[in-house]
Amino acid sequence: MRLTGAQALIKSLEMEHVEVIFGLPGGAILPVYDPILDSSIRHVLVRHEQGAGHMAEGYAHVTGRPGVAMVTSGPGATNIVTPLADAMMDSIPIVVITGQVATTAIGTDAFQECPITGVTMDITKHNWLVTDAQDLPRVVAEAFHVATTGRPGPVLVDVPKDVSNAMMDWYWPASLDELDLPGYNPRTEGDPAQIRRAAELILEAHRPVIYAGGGILKARATKVLRELAERTGIPVVTTLMARGAFPDRHPLCLGMPGMHGNYTAVTALQRADLLIALGSRFDDRVTGKISAFAPDAKVIHVDIDAAELGKVRRPDVAVAGDCRVVIEEMVRALESLGLGAAGGPGGPSATGAVGAKGTPAAARPDLAPWIAQLRAWQEEFPLAYDQEEGGALKPQFVVEALRDATPDDTIVVAGVGQHQMWASQYWKFDHPNTWVNSGGAGTMGFAVPAAVGAKVGRPDKMVWAIDGDGCFQMTAQELVTASAERIPIKVAILNNAYLGMVRQWQELFYEERYSEVYLSPDLPDYVKWAEAMGCVGLKVESAEEVAPAIEKANGIDDRPVVIDFRTDAFEKVYPMVPAGASNDDIIVGPSGGEGGR
Amino acid sequence: MSPSSSASAAAHGPAPRHHIVTAKVENKAGVLARVASLFSRRGFNIFSLAVAPTDDGRFSRITIVVDVESAPLEQIMKQLDKLVNVVSITELAPEEAVEREMLLATVGAGVSAAERGDLRALVDEFGGTVVDDGGDRVTVMLAGTPSRIDDFEDLVRPFGITELQRTGLVALPKLSAGTALHSITGPGVTGHSITGHSVTGTTQGEAG
Repeated sequence: MRLTGAQALIKSLEMEHVEVIFGLPGGAILPVYDPILDSSIRHVLVRHEQGAGHMAEGYAHVTGRPGVAMVTSGPGATNIVTPLADAMMDSIPIVVITGQVATTAIGTDAFQECPITGVTMDITKHNWLVTDAQDLPRVVAEAFHVATTGRPGPVLVDVPKDVSNAMMDWYWPASLDELDLPGYNPRTEGDPAQIRRAAELILEAHRPVIYAGGGILKARATKVLRELAERTGIPVVTTLMARGAFPDRHPLCLGMPGMHGNYTAVTALQRADLLIALGSRFDDRVTGKISAFAPDAKVIHVDIDAAELGKVRRPDVAVAGDCRVVIEEMVRALESLGLGAAGGPGGPSATGAVGAKGTPAAARPDLAPWIAQLRAWQEEFPLAYDQEEGGALKPQFVVEALRDATPDDTIVVAGVGQHQMWASQYWKFDHPNTWVNSGGAGTMGFAVPAAVGAKVGRPDKMVWAIDGDGCFQMTAQELVTASAERIPIKVAILNNAYLGMVRQWQELFYEERYSEVYLSPDLPDYVKWAEAMGCVGLKVESAEEVAPAIEKANGIDDRPVVIDFRTDAFEKVYPMVPAGASNDDIIVGPSGGEGGR
Repeated sequence: MSPSSSASAAAHGPAPRHHIVTAKVENKAGVLARVASLFSRRGFNIFSLAVAPTDDGRFSRITIVVDVESAPLEQIMKQLDKLVNVVSITELAPEEAVEREMLLATVGAGVSAAERGDLRALVDEFGGTVVDDGGDRVTVMLAGTPSRIDDFEDLVRPFGITELQRTGLVALPKLSAGTALHSITGPGVTGHSITGHSVTGTTQGEAG
């Protein structure tokens, strides 16, 4: 069958079971937009190419399948650089197709020419410049394979206009053997000797903690993680990228560690004698000052990316492999060392998982004192804020009200800043892939487009974006996309009229010298703006109005809703470990008198 | 006899911090830029780099001499191994590698006939060849270990060098040395910290 390159490209996407493309056409990608009219693939027309990239990410976050974005050359391509960098940091599988000027014009400074493969070389897992239409099906298959296997990540395929227009003989690679990837062989199986050594360390530990990262979700390892935790009685912290990987309401869940983690999660890592790092990467926002991090802990580190092992903290046992496969093997190794079934569904009783006589498990230290210590910390240092009656609306109050008024499998999408931390702290994530945020890159403006992508991927679920006013202004135009495409997301703006996190740092570390952080609560008028974009716009100024507004928003399913919550500009995110400080120096809350202003 | 490369390296050639990395890569456009970028993004200078196709035209071998501490190099090696176009990568310890380099030099401008005779004798002694003769100048070629090339360069300098080009090092594992050090083909970990903070557990043997 003879096809144009453009037809072959779209057909290849169909072969990869792509159901939706987020994109925006332009000159160099024009030929590829024609066969879209005849394709079963849905196209969502964005208002800015950055939105297409974040939508693809949001889609990938909640479905586990690769998100696809398509844009034109030059500025179209450079506008999607930020989402690529974001997806690279958070290991999100997206496939970005860019148009390119004709091969004959490459290098001539042609109109809308940009060497996008060079620009994105370091922020994609891999990229391809296709110079022969005959290569297109193979390259598309390679791109999806690379994006979704091993450590997932973004890929980019750059397609010159003459390649799209050229004729080719259609084929589809029948198997991986027909791909041209001799240097790409991701391994999933861990080394059995290392896994056994890990199991031995687990049975020797007095104060173990499972330090679960985003790799648990990527590897679809939530069930085996729960089995490991319950059978060993070991508590679990879930990093910002792993919220929902282990249920927040589970008795063994300690919540989020890190710079704005809760006291117990942070201190559990600090006092542990064994860290079981599963798909986590010792990010500086988790470890604080690295030389002071978990000083007494031995480390078991499991990651599919061997380059993560020893990158920051030297592990005592390193296992390169897929988290699900390795954890399954770890549970088996524990069984072979005598570990019995769990004593209960979790909690202190689970720590009594008794080993068979004469086995290493039988000699296992009692975890009860450790669990008791953790419970004591939880009681002494809970997350706290004070919503005074008639006082300024606290952002945490809004998050809790939203949490309590929505289904527990609601998908929550955040931007970056204070609102993101409050959302992560106060939501109860009991289901995997219900928390979508920009973790590693910290991309402001992520929430609205990512929520659109998430809703497209999971139209059956309620999708709430919790956004800041600064973030919202960066990408709000994608609400036009959402209205036009009937994608009914809901957006809660925690509007404190400031670039709040920067303001917080200036207050705490720059002697309250506020430099360029004030935004104004009324400019823009968020309600009018929402209405202009085809959404329902609501404004909430007091605690009493919160629940009714959320109820109203939850009842609207034919268009997006935006609620402008006017929140207390002086509220800060606590606990906090100052940048560069040891996690031992965690600040639990405002000192006396400071918080009430 | 050529002097041992590791013994004389300190005098002229690579300082002890220099490492030899050899990588088998796909012979495709852009691969060299991907490899080089992993060094440049960290601000590390590549001392020399040689690349050419192997016996199998689908692949090239890149030999890189780089001035990096061991710990960051280990991280770079793992990152290099992650590149889709890199098939395998190995760090070669000098004592476990055969290393060769080639030099081309145009020399002898304005020297006397007698001195020109001395120059030819020097070239002969080192096993080099005169590859071009311009009458008053000659271009000589010498292949050998980097230290031998250094020695030759020093001795030929008095004859007046007008142009000089060295290829940079190429290297393969010594057949007698068994397996090369620090080969990355699987997910093994040696675990040096990239930031040099406190390291728990035992330390790997230092290569020196």
